[in-house]
Amino acid sequence: MSKSSKTIRVDYLTRVEGEGALYVKIQNNKVTDLKFKIFEPPRFFEAFLRGRTFTEAPDITARICGICPIAYQMSSCHAMEDACGVTVDGQLRALRRLIYCGEWIESHVLHVAMLHAPDFLGYESAIHMAKDHPDLVQQALKLKKIGNDLVTFLGGREIHPINVRVGGFYKVPTKSELRGLVPNLQWARDAAYELVRWTGTLEFPDFEQDYEFVALRHPDEYPFNEGRLVSNKGLDIAIREYEEHFVEEHVEHSNALHSVIKGRGNYFVGPLARYNINFDKLPRSVQKAAKEAGLGPVCTNPFKSIIVRAVETLYACEEALRIINEYEMPEKPYVEVHPRAGVGCGCTEAPRGILYHRYRIDDQGVILDAKIVPPTSQNQKTIESDLWHFVPKNINLSKEQLTWKCEQAIRNYDPCISCATHFLKVEIERE
Amino acid sequence: MPKVKKPKVAVWKFASCDGCQLSLLDCEDELLAVAGAIEIANFPEASRAVMKGPYDISLVEGSITTPHDAERIQEVRRISKFLITIGACATAGGIQALRNFKDVKEFISIVYAKPAYISTLEKSTPIAEHVKVDFELRGCPINKYQLLEVVNAFLNGRKPNIPSYSVCVECKRRGTVCVMTAYGTPCLGPVTQAGCGAICPAYHRGCYGCFGPKETPNTTSLSTWWRRLGVTNQNLVRAFRGFNAYAEPFRKESEAYEQK
Repeated sequence: MSKSSKTIRVDYLTRVEGEGALYVKIQNNKVTDLKFKIFEPPRFFEAFLRGRTFTEAPDITARICGICPIAYQMSSCHAMEDACGVTVDGQLRALRRLIYCGEWIESHVLHVAMLHAPDFLGYESAIHMAKDHPDLVQQALKLKKIGNDLVTFLGGREIHPINVRVGGFYKVPTKSELRGLVPNLQWARDAAYELVRWTGTLEFPDFEQDYEFVALRHPDEYPFNEGRLVSNKGLDIAIREYEEHFVEEHVEHSNALHSVIKGRGNYFVGPLARYNINFDKLPRSVQKAAKEAGLGPVCTNPFKSIIVRAVETLYACEEALRIINEYEMPEKPYVEVHPRAGVGCGCTEAPRGILYHRYRIDDQGVILDAKIVPPTSQNQKTIESDLWHFVPKNINLSKEQLTWKCEQAIRNYDPCISCATHFLKVEIERE
Repeated sequence: MPKVKKPKVAVWKFASCDGCQLSLLDCEDELLAVAGAIEIANFPEASRAVMKGPYDISLVEGSITTPHDAERIQEVRRISKFLITIGACATAGGIQALRNFKDVKEFISIVYAKPAYISTLEKSTPIAEHVKVDFELRGCPINKYQLLEVVNAFLNGRKPNIPSYSVCVECKRRGTVCVMTAYGTPCLGPVTQAGCGAICPAYHRGCYGCFGPKETPNTTSLSTWWRRLGVTNQNLVRAFRGFNAYAEPFRKESEAYEQK
């Protein structure tokens, strides 16, 4: 094999949720083929949701992903409430944001410290990293646990919580029960601030791209559950209009569908997109922390998503404290939702980006048709596009180094292949 | 003290949501201690380092749904001293086993525009239908403390202390009022194996069967009670067709009511 040709093959991408692979073919120092593949076996949720009742969707769809079950529960609840003409507001709405804060903390810290940081510091895993950086890993585990504790407190358990239902919750906490979480969350806020500062000290490859970022945008707040779908390139639509603007394509090398904006192509969802679209909605203290870590209001380097995840973790801690401070126990834990024939859409901000659900139900509440678009399938094309640009810039690295760099570039997206169906394996071929 | 060779543990994934293996990373207080006591030899979700087998313990998450996975599980068995399945997918086929009651070709065409690209089996089946399994840990998701107990037990050559009684026992222990007798809320607790800690009734909802059938469950009697509470036959079928739909006692009960 000549020096200028190689194949990079990552057959099983690690430190991602699910089963994925990457194949890169390099001939005469040029990338001639590149595929980001999702191997995760298909599980057919959209098919077997047909015939189930509308109240079952939150518990069933949670099982798509053990890392972000709250996101599935929230998007499905909002979609069903939309179909039935019900709005959940006041303290129940606030509690939904609160449980989402817990999921963001747990998921973001898992990714920042356990899955992504080892790439920046050159370790195989966080467990290897813990030998040299015990404080960093222990602090992160404690912070992650506080996120999980919040989900467990409101949801009953951290993975596949049981307390979320269409219309609200089965049981809501009293004011004093909720107050009990405050000391830990205050510690978490300080730890998250430290984490932001620490991520700012990492070294980042010079890699800026002209992305179309898509995220929810709400007039009053940094988005979790509601808002309009907005991009930095002029998109500004209601959630209901999603399918008029986005399409999914089925490609041969992947068990996940690729999503594109009609007429424009690939786009970017997740923390970096939320941050760029909603920087002005972050509290000043969080903006300041971002600035101290070297982030401006606009960031187009996907490697810096690790800083943004830490910034959003800090935000989630502050927002949780704000919600608890203003909490009054609602009279009823849920709003009654009576089924009616129709179509409902929901889109919420999962840790990895927008998660869209659409259901058609009959007048008895039986699901006739379901559509689910997870964040990772929306980012797939952008991940491939990043690699097309990234590999040529690093073509002189050894095969081993280049392979690791490619993995890191994929991990920028915290891909959840279980969601998109699932997967990560890298393959680079040089000829 | 001479250096003792640490037991090698591997984690394998088949069709699943990743939640059960995440339980291991969710052992925040215990993770570093666990990592000190065992060699995490293959755990792709957490590490890019891979040590070759054979392994002392393999934890297997997920069900078998593709021809490729049906072969892969044979290889996992060959290189594992003990094979432990974790979660409802691996022990009962999982929620994706709902395909077993339908025609999978129809399912493929509902989700994918180009069905020819998809390779899948007719049924989603538990690991034990393919290879010998040394222990099955139930739950959707599993209880992380039960996971630590099972790993501990195997490393020390003893039987895992995992109860096979019903969720009702956990409710009594917790002091939770029975939601079925007190409020008429349909509950699968009497036929479902303990392990979750009886969370649902404590949150004022009926159990929905995450841990699958308990030992010798009287599903027929429970269904009769549910009918008295006004639950329709269709909803009874749905209740038994959850995350453990393909576990035999639940499957038989749902089929009995589907024909009524």
